[in-house]
Amino acid sequence: MKHVQVLGPGCAKCDETAKVVQEAIAESGAEASFEKVTDFGVMASLGVFTTPAVVVDGQVKVVGKVPKKADVVAWLSA
Amino acid sequence: MKCTTCESSTSSRFPLKYILAGLGALAIWYALYSRLLPFSEWLIFKAVGMDQSSRLAQALQFFVYDTPKVLMLLTLVVFAVGILRSFVTVAWTRRVLAGRQSLGNVLAAVLGIVTPFCSCSAVPLFIGFMTAGIPLGVTFSFLISAPMVNEIALALLYGLLGWKVAGLYLVTGLSVAIGAGWVMGRMNLERHVEDWVLQIRAGAAAEPDERMTWAGRIEYAADSVREIVGRVWKFIILGIAAGAGIHGYVPEGQLAGIMGGGDWWSVPLSVLIGIPMYSNAAGVVPVVEALLGKGAALGTVLAFMMSVIALSFPEMVILRKVLKPRLIAVFVGVVGSGILLVGYLFNAIL
Repeated sequence: MKHVQVLGPGCAKCDETAKVVQEAIAESGAEASFEKVTDFGVMASLGVFTTPAVVVDGQVKVVGKVPKKADVVAWLSA
Repeated sequence: MKCTTCESSTSSRFPLKYILAGLGALAIWYALYSRLLPFSEWLIFKAVGMDQSSRLAQALQFFVYDTPKVLMLLTLVVFAVGILRSFVTVAWTRRVLAGRQSLGNVLAAVLGIVTPFCSCSAVPLFIGFMTAGIPLGVTFSFLISAPMVNEIALALLYGLLGWKVAGLYLVTGLSVAIGAGWVMGRMNLERHVEDWVLQIRAGAAAEPDERMTWAGRIEYAADSVREIVGRVWKFIILGIAAGAGIHGYVPEGQLAGIMGGGDWWSVPLSVLIGIPMYSNAAGVVPVVEALLGKGAALGTVLAFMMSVIALSFPEMVILRKVLKPRLIAVFVGVVGSGILLVGYLFNAIL
């Protein structure tokens, strides 16, 4: 079971990222929990300073841009 | 072009085919660009057959020429900056700026031009800079420069108003960012940062340092063209339409007496009007063109544009999460003074 976090204060790109990640989880059928992080302290403690960002099991996968769905699926199955 | 994950086998190879493709694309771009003016004249005056001296024909020709010109310029500049940007990540900027003072202000302002930035990421970026030990003044230089001096503003100013205005904006915008950041760095304002920010123990450099392939960089740049041009083209067409009307119908300098640089209060007034207005460069440049076309003074107009972009009420609300009210007041005061200075300077020498 993977834990996926989408980090962002709620800008347009952050919402888009959340959507892409949720679709990737649904379509790949991967076992994953989804969490949206809007707290700046939590973001900083993860070492993320550019939003949006995607973190899988504590590992930062992408920062500053909306990921492609295929990439997210790859992270989920890795 | 499509593959973003075909790893090191292609990334290390000299990207000759991309250079050739790039040169080819640039040649086609230039061939089209250089024919825009004759084409617009041919279309309106010959093909449609309108009278060259009529105002409507002149306004139409201006519109048919300016719209593709500005859109093509914007596409080229955004693509080039996109490629550059794929090398400059925030994590890298943060490392470069750590622990630097005065020279740091200059570096921060310059890096602010090319580092990807949107106002919604101002807060995490601020925290990231503070926890990396970047001085407060240097951080502010970056925060002022990043939204204000960027490739969209410069491409639009160049396309609509020429290289002199674009150059002036670049130089004065950087000066305001450097100067304001330097002054704030001398004021020992660290205690006016919210306490929780200073207590954060940041996981250092957790952001992945992506080693992008050239295909990846090109795709990144193409994405930013799609996103930025897709977002701003409406403003540009509206702005050029307004400009075309002015170009065709309003005699030059007619309104100079009202909006010109004669009165001392015109600069502070335009800065004050600019603060509650919140817009990016794409929205404000066409307005600037219209104002200048009506004979407004350049210094007043530059001050207005900088105030709209750099001092905005929504951004202050966002920054309030990390800054105490006093520091926000100082920020507005120092940046506002810098903008005033720019306005007066240009009204005085031009």
